[in-house]
Amino acid sequence: MSDIHWPVIVILLPLAGGVACFLWPRRSVLLGLLTALGVVACVAGLGWQVVEQGAQRYAVGGWGAPLGIDLYADGLSLLMLTVTAVVGLGISVYSSGYFERARYGQDRARHFWPVWMFLWTALNALFLSADIFNLYVTLELLGLAAVVLVALAGGADAVSGAMRYLLVSLLGSLFYLLGVALLYHSFGSVDIAILAERVEPSPAVWAAMGLMIAGLLLKTALFPLHFWLPSAHASAPAPVSALLSALVVKASFYILLRLWLEIFPFANAALAQLLGLLGAAAVFWGGFQALRQTRLKMLIAYSTVAQLGYLFLAFPLASITGWTGALYMLLSHAAAKTAMFMAAGNTLYFGGHDRIADLDRAVQRMPLTMTAFALAGISIMGLPPSGGFIAKWLLLEAAIRSGQWWWGGVLILGGLLSAAWVFKVVGYAFTRSEAPHEARAVPATMEWTALLMAVLAILLGLFAPWLLALLEIGSPFNRENAG
Amino acid sequence: MSPAFLYALVGVGLFTLGLYALIVHAHLLRKILAINVMASGVFLVLVALAARTQGAAPDPVPHAMVITGIVVAVSATALALALMLRVRAETGRAELAEEPLE
Repeated sequence: MSDIHWPVIVILLPLAGGVACFLWPRRSVLLGLLTALGVVACVAGLGWQVVEQGAQRYAVGGWGAPLGIDLYADGLSLLMLTVTAVVGLGISVYSSGYFERARYGQDRARHFWPVWMFLWTALNALFLSADIFNLYVTLELLGLAAVVLVALAGGADAVSGAMRYLLVSLLGSLFYLLGVALLYHSFGSVDIAILAERVEPSPAVWAAMGLMIAGLLLKTALFPLHFWLPSAHASAPAPVSALLSALVVKASFYILLRLWLEIFPFANAALAQLLGLLGAAAVFWGGFQALRQTRLKMLIAYSTVAQLGYLFLAFPLASITGWTGALYMLLSHAAAKTAMFMAAGNTLYFGGHDRIADLDRAVQRMPLTMTAFALAGISIMGLPPSGGFIAKWLLLEAAIRSGQWWWGGVLILGGLLSAAWVFKVVGYAFTRSEAPHEARAVPATMEWTALLMAVLAILLGLFAPWLLALLEIGSPFNRENAG
Repeated sequence: MSPAFLYALVGVGLFTLGLYALIVHAHLLRKILAINVMASGVFLVLVALAARTQGAAPDPVPHAMVITGIVVAVSATALALALMLRVRAETGRAELAEEPLE
C-alpha cells in the first residue's frame, strides 16, 4: 500500500466523481456521496503514508521540477486536506437533504453536485501544489467553482453577490500572477522549494511580495478587503455558504502562509505588525457588524470576517506556538462555521426565513439544530474545551511569550463580541415571535449533520496534541525564521 | 533599455490601466473588459521577461504559463459574461448595486 500514489488519487477521484455526477444527473446524489466517502478514505491513505514515511513528493508524468509539475504533501498540506475531507463529507451528507428535488428545483439539485465535486478537486490540488504557478491555476479553478455555487441560489441577491465575488476573485488572482511573473523572472523557477533556496531581497522581490500578498488578502477577505464576503456568503444556499466560509477563504490563507514562511522569510516586522493590526480591526469590525445584523446568515457571514482576523494575529507573533494557534483556529472555525451555516439553513428550511427576531421558539421546535448552533457558538467564543479555546490559548501564550500582550486583549474582546451575538440569537430562539409562521419538518439528516459538525468543533479541543504532532512532519515552521 | 524591458513596462502599464477602469466603470461589461486588459498586461510581462539575455533564445516556460493563463482567462470571461446576463435579467441593469444588499 505504501507505493500507491495517493496525492494523484486524492485529486483525480473528486474530478472523476464530478464528471460522473454531470453525466448521470439522476444518480448525482448517490454518486456524490460515494465520491465523498472515497475521498475521505484516500485522504486517510495519504495521511497514513505521510505519517509513516514523512513528507511525500510526486512528479506528475515523471518530469519533475523545475520543468514539470510536482505534488507535495507535508503535515500542513495533510492537515488542510483532512479538514477539507471531513467538512466536505459533512456538507455532502447535508446537501443530500437540502437539495431535495421537489423543493429546490430539478436544475439546482442537478448542478450542485458536479460543481461541488470540481470545487473539492481544486481544493485538494491547491493543498498539494508544490509550485506557485500551479497554485495560481488551482486558485482560479477554486474561484470559478465557488462563484457558480453562489449563483446557484438564483435571485437578484445571489447573482449580484456571485458577480461581485467573481470580479474580486479574478482581480486577486491577477495580482498574484503578476507577482509570480516577477519571481520567475528573478529566480528562474516557480517551485517553492527551489525558490526558498534562491530568493534574496531585491526590489523585484519586494514588488512580487507586495502584489502576491495584496491579491491573497483580497481573496482571504481580510479587513478592509472583506466587502465582498458577506453578500456572497449570505446569499448562497446554506451548504454552499458553509463550504465557502469553512474552506474556500482558508485556501488563500494557506497559500499566504506557505509564501510567508518559505519564500518571504525576510519580510520585515513592520509588515507583520500591519497584518496583525488589520486582523485585530477585522475581529472588532466583523464582531460589531455581526451584532447589528437582523438576518441570521448575514450575521454568520460577518462573524467569518471576524474569525479570519484571528488568523492574522499570528503574523506579528511569529512563533511556532502562534502559527499552530492560527492553524488550530482555522480548523475549529471550519467545523464550527459549517455547523452554524447548516443550523441557519435548517431554520431557513423550517420557517422559510432567517430573521433573527422571528426565530419563534426554535429551541422547542428544532432542539437538535439549536443545540448545534449553541455548541458551535461555544467554539466560536473560545470557551473550553472547544477547538476555539485551544486556538485562542495558543495565540495568547505566543502573545505573552513574545512580550506583545496587547494581542491577547484582542482575543478576549473578540470573544466577548462573539458571545454577545451568540446569546442574542439563542435568546430569540427561546421566545415566541409576534408573527407565528407555517413550519415545515426538516429532514433528520440535515439536523444531525449540523449537530455532528458542532460536536466535532467541541471535540477538536481534545484532539489537540495529536493534530499538532501532525504539523511537525516536514514542517515549514521548524526553520529558524519561524522560531 | 532593452526592447524586452520596454514590453514588460507596457505590460505593467496595461495592468494599471485595467485596474483603473475596473474601479471607475460601473457597467459590468466594462469591468469584465478591464479584467481582460489586466490579464493581457500580466501575459505581456511574462512573455517579455522570458527574453532574459539579448540575442539568446527566449525561455519557453513563461510562454507555457501564458497559454495556461489564457485558457483560465477565457473560461473566467465566459462565466463572467453569462453571470452578467443573469444580473441583467434579475435586476434590469448590467450593474452592481452600490450598497451591498441587506
